[in-house]
Amino acid sequence: MIASVRPEPGATPSTRPAAVRQSYRDAVRESLRDALRADPRVFLMGEDVGRYGGSYAVSKGLIEEFGPERIRDTPLSESAFVGAGIGAALGGLRPIVEIMTVNFSLLALDQIMNNAASYCHMSGGQLAVPLVIRLATGAGRQLAAQHSHSLEGWYAHIPGLRIAVPATIDDARFMLAAALACSDPVLLFEHAALYNREGDLTPGLTAVDIDHAAVRRPGRDATVITYGGSLPKCLDAAASLAAEGIDVEVLDLRTLRPLDEAAIVASVRHTSRAVIVDEGWRSGSLAAEVTTRIVEQVFYDLDAPVARVCTAEVPIPYAKHLEDAALPSPARIVDAVRRVVGRDGDG
Amino acid sequence: MRIEYRLPSLGADMESATLTEWLKKPGERFTHGEPIVTVETTKGLIDVEAYEDGQIDDLVVAPGTKVAVGAVLAHLIVADSAPPAAPEASATAGSSATAASSATAASSASPAVTAPPSPATGHPRLSPAARRRAEELGLSAASLEQAGSASILHVADVERLAAAAPSSATAPPPPEPIDPRAAMRGAIGAAMARAKREIPHYYLGLDVDYGAARDWLARTNARVPVQERLIDAVLITKAVALAAARIDGFNGAFRDGRFEPARAVHAGVAIALRGGGLVAPALLDADRKDLPALMRDFSALVMRVRAGRMRSGEFSAATITVTSLGADGADVLYPIINPPQVAIVGAGAIREQPAVRDGQIAIRPILTLALAADHRVTDGRAGSRFLRAIADLLQRPDGL
Repeated sequence: MIASVRPEPGATPSTRPAAVRQSYRDAVRESLRDALRADPRVFLMGEDVGRYGGSYAVSKGLIEEFGPERIRDTPLSESAFVGAGIGAALGGLRPIVEIMTVNFSLLALDQIMNNAASYCHMSGGQLAVPLVIRLATGAGRQLAAQHSHSLEGWYAHIPGLRIAVPATIDDARFMLAAALACSDPVLLFEHAALYNREGDLTPGLTAVDIDHAAVRRPGRDATVITYGGSLPKCLDAAASLAAEGIDVEVLDLRTLRPLDEAAIVASVRHTSRAVIVDEGWRSGSLAAEVTTRIVEQVFYDLDAPVARVCTAEVPIPYAKHLEDAALPSPARIVDAVRRVVGRDGDG
Repeated sequence: MRIEYRLPSLGADMESATLTEWLKKPGERFTHGEPIVTVETTKGLIDVEAYEDGQIDDLVVAPGTKVAVGAVLAHLIVADSAPPAAPEASATAGSSATAASSATAASSASPAVTAPPSPATGHPRLSPAARRRAEELGLSAASLEQAGSASILHVADVERLAAAAPSSATAPPPPEPIDPRAAMRGAIGAAMARAKREIPHYYLGLDVDYGAARDWLARTNARVPVQERLIDAVLITKAVALAAARIDGFNGAFRDGRFEPARAVHAGVAIALRGGGLVAPALLDADRKDLPALMRDFSALVMRVRAGRMRSGEFSAATITVTSLGADGADVLYPIINPPQVAIVGAGAIREQPAVRDGQIAIRPILTLALAADHRVTDGRAGSRFLRAIADLLQRPDGL
């Protein structure tokens, strides 16, 4: 059950004058600062978010600005501080809970699934849990198996949650406000490999939604459907495919639950070919779900079987060359696209 | 058990048909005799009935596709105990094989008439989008098959094929601009040419005093509402059917060098179509139905046929045929056997004529019956008994 009423954003985030080149990390930090300034009910809570400044340095400097009451360091107990966040949300606050990596969120899975995701349903709509959980996800930084997995596809399985995945500077900057404005629990997945990426914030942009997918690059020969940390790889692949005369459309899902099925259908109907790039493991993956939606909705428009580029079905290796080999890469995406457009070398 | 459902031959002259509509979807169940697909032949739209109870597994041929007799249309799930093909199915397949062998060099398409359609090449594999594009461009399955089935055809391949052969491959789009009358005339010609080529016909004629039948009909029809009134053709058909049930050698089919007598009498009735053409669908179990029932069947059959919608069962089931010219026709009709049947009775116009009765010349209503029968099965003596039996039955119409 998803809350039927979606409150309007409480306040317009402060706008910055001109196009500003900034990192994804800075954009997330600015979004936190905006939220903390805009609404006194908002506070940030998690392991090392205060004095240490966040394990990915996202919240660096915020404790000085907003104080330990609103930037709260917690004990190493995900179940406890996620549960506390749920309680605070039920009590009328707007907590932002940071979980260091999605792997650790499994310790709080009971709180997230049995409580946060279920209360609205179980109370017949009387209890809303306007909780935002930020989680780092994904591999690529040699942090080994226990810090590198992409489990957002699992969470996208759970009714009652909204799963949003900022992949761009704009989304990193403004998705938090949209998430806080939502009366359902929202999980924001930030790919660890994106924090250092830099880009220009779109001038004049003040808000984004968490309801729609976005075409990041229009094209006509094939649709590459992706989200989060795989988006830059897909755009790189599309650029090199363009040099071969293959015109790829890149669709950024942005929200994994609920899926923007209409956008998927529209794009694949346009191109007749789809490649899904998902850093999750292939079996039972979000990519599998998207594939099924395509087959259900767009089967008669398909000119080739749907292809998937996912992570090798192993715990993410520590060794750099093995980690690289396990993950979706621009080269693998290029190969998959060539295959579906029939340009894989043999005609 | 999963079996192949093939396009049956719905008449000895049928070589192919265009699939018009699936009446059942994959997964849907059907019972014996229920129509499951509609095909268009030179004779019109025909609902093809199921040979046994079962369920559609998948559909192979899309509507709009022209396929040869014997082509796999779908896969069915049927009970394991059932034989792979019901007698009806093998019967029609047998007749089509005969047709193919007799077609000789005249038709280059004849290899496709025999059961498995080019098993070596198989169907071309098209992407869903390519399949739709091929339909839009009017590319026939045959022209796609020419591209070979080694690789998978995509939209671009289909467009290339369409562009490469604008005159040959795509020029005849699926609704081929053929004159249906010419096609039907061709079909009639093919069947009759085969009959004359293969069947050693012998002919017998008999003038029958139709007075008793006429008087009985007049009395009977006076008592019933207009829509239930009987017509001569039904009376004659019933008499022929009863005689065929009683006298061996006229009811059945000649296949693979031997006569196969039929247990039931399904009397084919030749029906002229408005706009030209002729078909002979069957009145099922004509010997066992009473006249009012037979009349209702006959009226329904004529309506269906003239509306261009026939059922495969009644279309291919006839075991003997009756053809009558009606009141303003010629006196005698010498018919041609409709293969694989072995006999046909032609009824001329019933007319007033001088006749000898009790040593006197009298003016009587006379019906001339002409029998054409297959000499491989019977000879003139049996034929005479058969004609006499029909005549006797018509003398006692209340026994019909």
